[in-house]
Amino acid sequence: MAENIISLQGVTKEFTTKSGPVVALRDINLDIERGDSYGIIGLSGAGKSTLVRTINLLEEPTEGKVLFDGRVLTGLKSKELNLQRRKISMIFQQFNLLMQRDAVGNICFPLEIAGVPKAEAVAKAEELLKVVDLEERAHSYPSQLSGGQKQRVAIARALASDPEVILCDEATSALDPKTTRSILTLLRKINEERGITLVVITHEMGVIKQLCNKVAVIEGGEIVERGPVKEIFANPKTKAARKLFFPDAGEREMPHVRTAVKNRLRLAFNEQTAYKPIIANMILEIGEPVNMLYANMDALLDEQKGQMVIALSDDKEIAEKQKAYLMKEGVNFTEIPEDSDYYDYPVNGPEEEVSE
Amino acid sequence: MDAQTLLKLLGEGTVQTLIMTLVGTLVSYMIGLPVGVSLITSSPNGIRPMPVYNKVMGFIVNVIRSMPFLILMIAFMPYIRILIGTGIGTAATTAALILAAWPFVARMVEQSLLEVDPGVIEAAQAMGASNMQIIRKVLLLEARPSLLNGAAVATITILGYSAMAGTLGGGGLGDIAIRFGHYRFQPTVMWITIIVLVVLVQIMQEIGIRVAAKLDNRIN
Ligand SMILES: Nc1ncnc2c1ncn2[C@@H]1O[C@H](COP(=O)(O)OP(=O)(O)O)[C@@H](O)[C@H]1O
Ligand SMILES: [Mg+2]
Repeated sequence: MAENIISLQGVTKEFTTKSGPVVALRDINLDIERGDSYGIIGLSGAGKSTLVRTINLLEEPTEGKVLFDGRVLTGLKSKELNLQRRKISMIFQQFNLLMQRDAVGNICFPLEIAGVPKAEAVAKAEELLKVVDLEERAHSYPSQLSGGQKQRVAIARALASDPEVILCDEATSALDPKTTRSILTLLRKINEERGITLVVITHEMGVIKQLCNKVAVIEGGEIVERGPVKEIFANPKTKAARKLFFPDAGEREMPHVRTAVKNRLRLAFNEQTAYKPIIANMILEIGEPVNMLYANMDALLDEQKGQMVIALSDDKEIAEKQKAYLMKEGVNFTEIPEDSDYYDYPVNGPEEEVSE
Repeated sequence: MDAQTLLKLLGEGTVQTLIMTLVGTLVSYMIGLPVGVSLITSSPNGIRPMPVYNKVMGFIVNVIRSMPFLILMIAFMPYIRILIGTGIGTAATTAALILAAWPFVARMVEQSLLEVDPGVIEAAQAMGASNMQIIRKVLLLEARPSLLNGAAVATITILGYSAMAGTLGGGGLGDIAIRFGHYRFQPTVMWITIIVLVVLVQIMQEIGIRVAAKLDNRIN
């Protein structure tokens, strides 16, 4: 079993502001295993940045402990903390490159801080530029680079100190979709090939789907749901998770999904069921049409996953047959009661909501 | 006054003015630069907040800055005389310049450093940079163009002070302007000193702008 590289234990963070105290994090307990690509998703203001910043103590927790590789970081003297921080790199939404240094100079920066001889640092920087596919821009300054190129320099800089963890705070939120994909691909490669643990902060589900194996959903400074991405995607237990995983269903006007349609079922397809024409076969076999209300296929890392809402036949007997067919085919489903909100019901039956 | 005497007079005056200005600026920076840096680092959002120091130093800087230079110089002349043995001439003027200019320099430096992106400072902290490393490698380097522009402004301001000090027997071009141009009513001398001062200011401004631009890597 992999050991925990990062462990937050009872972490609470309270900010004192002019208008009184703001609790940004409330009793966070989180274990991240070595090699994980751990996503933390939540809406704006949920506390994601504060959470990730407590990991390297840019934000000192008001209460609780932060452990890195088994060592307690909270309460360390700044000298020792600085030594530990060299093993935890960070990349940012706004890249945060030194404007007065070229790409190589920026990548050398963490090495300079660590006292690595200049020639050695430059050699390493040039090698890392190849890793991020930016050799030809070695002597460009940040003001001469595009957003995606700046983030590549920032990633190379993050790799320079041979870190064990890279913290990514909305690393692709300032980038266009195509650049986002290429940066996510690069990060995934770094995670897989170098075994570097990633902590990925984002408000976009797409990032989690393309990059993460585990995810925690944060809302109002608390983690309301967590687990392997596949599981949460197949069966999000909290409303917060459902909203984040299937934002489309809420944003689009889909009165037929929400309201008077009877006999609605929500189906979840997995790697085994996603590629089969199950619905089509069911219609052929039972000889009764179904009404399709919503469908969405998605890739999680490389696995195919799908969500669908259908309405079964009004005839009770036929509806039972249809359900039996779906069960036989191994499709997870749940009935959605009339007049209920799409988000109100989890996939595998109305389980207990995780307390919020 | 014949042309040769005038030329010699002006030459000496210019050299004196330049020495007072440059020495005054240099020493003002030796005091004002660290103070400016400390005002940034000790501020509530700084890398090492020190509220009491920040308030006290900010107050001292403000008090001195709010005194007009001539008043400050007159008020402090007796102490300068005790300190360096003379109350007139270039040495005394330079001392007064430094006294008046270091808080000005400190504020200029503070303004320049405020322009440094806090995100970059944070990135350096996340990498494990010490506060000293952040000051040297991030704050001062990232703010370099702005600091150099500020240095040109500071030098020009100090040049102006040194000319004012001339009216109190401080030596240099101001001294010449007051003694010959004003008291002996020689408008030619007056205007020539003015022209020399304008040219000096232009040169300093130009050097400042060029060096700052040359050393700025935020090319577009
Ligand atoms: N330095 C700060 N001072 C006061 N309040 C803060 C500070 N940083 C964050 N907060 C508050 O904490 C909450 C969480 O913020 P943040 O972690 O930035 O959220 P997210 O990254 O999820 O958008 C917000 O209510 C925010 O206003
Ligand atoms: Mg944030």
